[in-house]
Amino acid sequence: MLTLIGKRLAQLVPTLFFVSVLIFSLQHLLPGDPALVMAGEERDPVVIEQIRKQYGLDQPIPVQYAMWIGNVFTGDLGESMRLKVPVSDLIVQKLPVTLQLAIMAMLIALVLGVTTGVLSAVKKDSAWDYVINVVGLAGISTPNFWLGIMLILFFAVHLGWLPASGYVSPFEDWRQSLATTIMPAFVLGTAIAGVIMRHTRSAMLQALASDYVRTARAKGLSERVVVWKHAMRNALTPVITLGALEFGTLLSGAVLTEQIFSIPGFGKLIVDAVFNRDYAVVQGVVLVTATTYIVLNLLADLGYILANPRLRA
Amino acid sequence: MKRILIAGALAAATLGLAAGGASAQTTLRIGLAEDPDVLDPSLGRTYVGRIVFASLCDKLFDVDADLNIVPQLALSHEVSEDGKALTITLRDGVLFHDGTPMDAAAVKYSLDRHRTMDGSFRRGELSIVESVDVVDPLTVRLNLKSPFAPLLATLTDRSGMIVSPTAAEAAGDQFGNNPVCAGPFQFVERVQQDRIVAEKFADYWNADEVFIDRIEYRPIPDSTVRLANLQSGQLDLIERALATDIPTIRADEDLELEVVTELGYQGMTINVANGEGAKGPLAESALVRQALDLAIDREALNQVVFNGEFFPGNQWVNPQNQWYQDAYPAPARDVEKAKALIAEAGVATPIVVDYMVPNNPEVRQVAEVIQAMAAEAGFDMQIRVVEFATGLQEAEAGRFGAFMLAWSGRPDPDGNIYSFAHSTGPLNYGKYASETVDAALTEARTATTFDARKAAYETVADLWLTEGSVLYLYHRAMLIAHTDDLEGYVQLPDGLVRVVGVKLN
Repeated sequence: MLTLIGKRLAQLVPTLFFVSVLIFSLQHLLPGDPALVMAGEERDPVVIEQIRKQYGLDQPIPVQYAMWIGNVFTGDLGESMRLKVPVSDLIVQKLPVTLQLAIMAMLIALVLGVTTGVLSAVKKDSAWDYVINVVGLAGISTPNFWLGIMLILFFAVHLGWLPASGYVSPFEDWRQSLATTIMPAFVLGTAIAGVIMRHTRSAMLQALASDYVRTARAKGLSERVVVWKHAMRNALTPVITLGALEFGTLLSGAVLTEQIFSIPGFGKLIVDAVFNRDYAVVQGVVLVTATTYIVLNLLADLGYILANPRLRA
Repeated sequence: MKRILIAGALAAATLGLAAGGASAQTTLRIGLAEDPDVLDPSLGRTYVGRIVFASLCDKLFDVDADLNIVPQLALSHEVSEDGKALTITLRDGVLFHDGTPMDAAAVKYSLDRHRTMDGSFRRGELSIVESVDVVDPLTVRLNLKSPFAPLLATLTDRSGMIVSPTAAEAAGDQFGNNPVCAGPFQFVERVQQDRIVAEKFADYWNADEVFIDRIEYRPIPDSTVRLANLQSGQLDLIERALATDIPTIRADEDLELEVVTELGYQGMTINVANGEGAKGPLAESALVRQALDLAIDREALNQVVFNGEFFPGNQWVNPQNQWYQDAYPAPARDVEKAKALIAEAGVATPIVVDYMVPNNPEVRQVAEVIQAMAAEAGFDMQIRVVEFATGLQEAEAGRFGAFMLAWSGRPDPDGNIYSFAHSTGPLNYGKYASETVDAALTEARTATTFDARKAAYETVADLWLTEGSVLYLYHRAMLIAHTDDLEGYVQLPDGLVRVVGVKLN
């Protein structure tokens, strides 16, 4: 087990190096000169030159990369050109916000997805099964921005129950925090719940048809124990991986949802940074996201092993 | 299941109660269309940033509802006879938010900072200033390289904002994260992309006219959501409502709408001489450009895309502006004449144009309507949608035939035309060049009387509107919506949100 973790951690370094080179080259392939975007309407050639120099944009790309990666090793992710604040400050400020949203969304997705998935597998081909499948498919296919705006119009404008947008930290006021994040978390959660439901359903069907379930039933165990204890344990394995990867997606910023609900998280940060060609911010955010993905993948693998003892060998 | 539903509804209702009534009565919550950039008057470059500056940083001068220049931190001004010195007398007893005095030394410091700081966007605007002298504690003199009529108007914007030298020295280029000026409100905190908070400054020189204790600026990019926030009472005022939302706002009896014609314009820049894009009849023949102009029905465009709420126009200022040239009214659509002009130019149709359009739903729609109209006269406008940053680079490099360009506008007409039409102008993307136009533009800058300046602009109009490289289309309505609890709110033509004199009931 420890060797496995060690091995996986060792793989992390070259992967991150490769990712960092990729991010760096990709964004320089994007059309659009950051100095021009920075200059905006005030198009003074002298100022544009000053900006290029100040941020090292006049250097060859390999030099820029070396400068950046060198700083990264000292914990310095650079400074946002647009906002004049350290990128690490921005990340530290935004990450908890998105983390909160992602955890809430994931809880909603897991509760909804796993229960409905199990239910529809157990009641295969019944009315329950059909309804759950249709609703699940609707959940996957409904665009987040549409559902988001509908929820805002209904719960904020029409009923006046929830704030239309914005964000309050749970440390400031936990009720307000819940009020501001429940709608976006629901929008994000339902989209993933559909996927989890479908995976749970097929994994569950497979498990229910297997020999050990038949044996368990033959032994006279109650259906509840058979389904939730025996079948579930095996069915959960693929769901764990899926959940971890979806969680990674949520963390990398649920771009549209954050935009609609004006949630100041990772998604909004990266969208604004890309549009403004704020390179340092894009680089920092992508690096953190990539690291998160890799770590989550590792955790998913470990989860696999914990859930399924046969893999421990 | 039923129990869960009831519990859910109860929980939501509790949260709803928590959501309402949380803010103090005199907190004005303003919804912004974007997150502002850095809040340093020397380094700021966004329109939305100017809205925030309007409460934080007073300027030497301001504009009134008719765009007249009125004193703010200044009391009066005097221009020397040769037009090369501007002497400004300052208001006495003004303090910065850090308690230091706003005096002539501070004004010199700020103007020099604007002019020389690395990366300052004010450098160009103040390049006409040779030096700044402190005459006495309440008098400064700006020595100019040559007479420059638009200078006062420049001082009504960020170039005229005076910052605390003590705070600016201490903070360096981080000043924008904690700006200290002499405005009615002082900066409290900022959470990027979430909020900017400012509190009433008790020692403000005009504090008796400030009735609001606190302002929260909240960037909400989606206009539907911004309006939803206003309707549900989470905001008191929003800027840049959509023209298509006007009926909704008017139908809501708790809301009021302020409409003002923007200072800038929306137009189509045509590449006449900039690199590889400057090929083909549209670039080469003024007659073909006139034909395109005649093929466009500006009124229909306004009706179709903006429900008739915007303002058709054909010049760099809107028709209500005192600098509008009445001798050159917007042409009525005339497809036959357009075809005749194309024939006269001896050009075969269809005339293919690489038509670069920024990725914005409204502008895209405008482009499609123009495409349809121009097709009837023999143009094949091939729309190429580009994202903002890409568009800038393409325009700079001359990789376009026609480019939809929005200009936010300046109070002085010079700010709307010089950089675009002068052969050396940094925004002259089409690379139009005419010695006559150059000379007239310079004359309009240096002349001292209104009549002399307007006459110079007539010369510009005569050439630029017939053979130039911008087809002006319309002026946007700046739409600001607020609750009717807001009393005494006055909307000025620059679209900024001013909070002095405003009460929140």
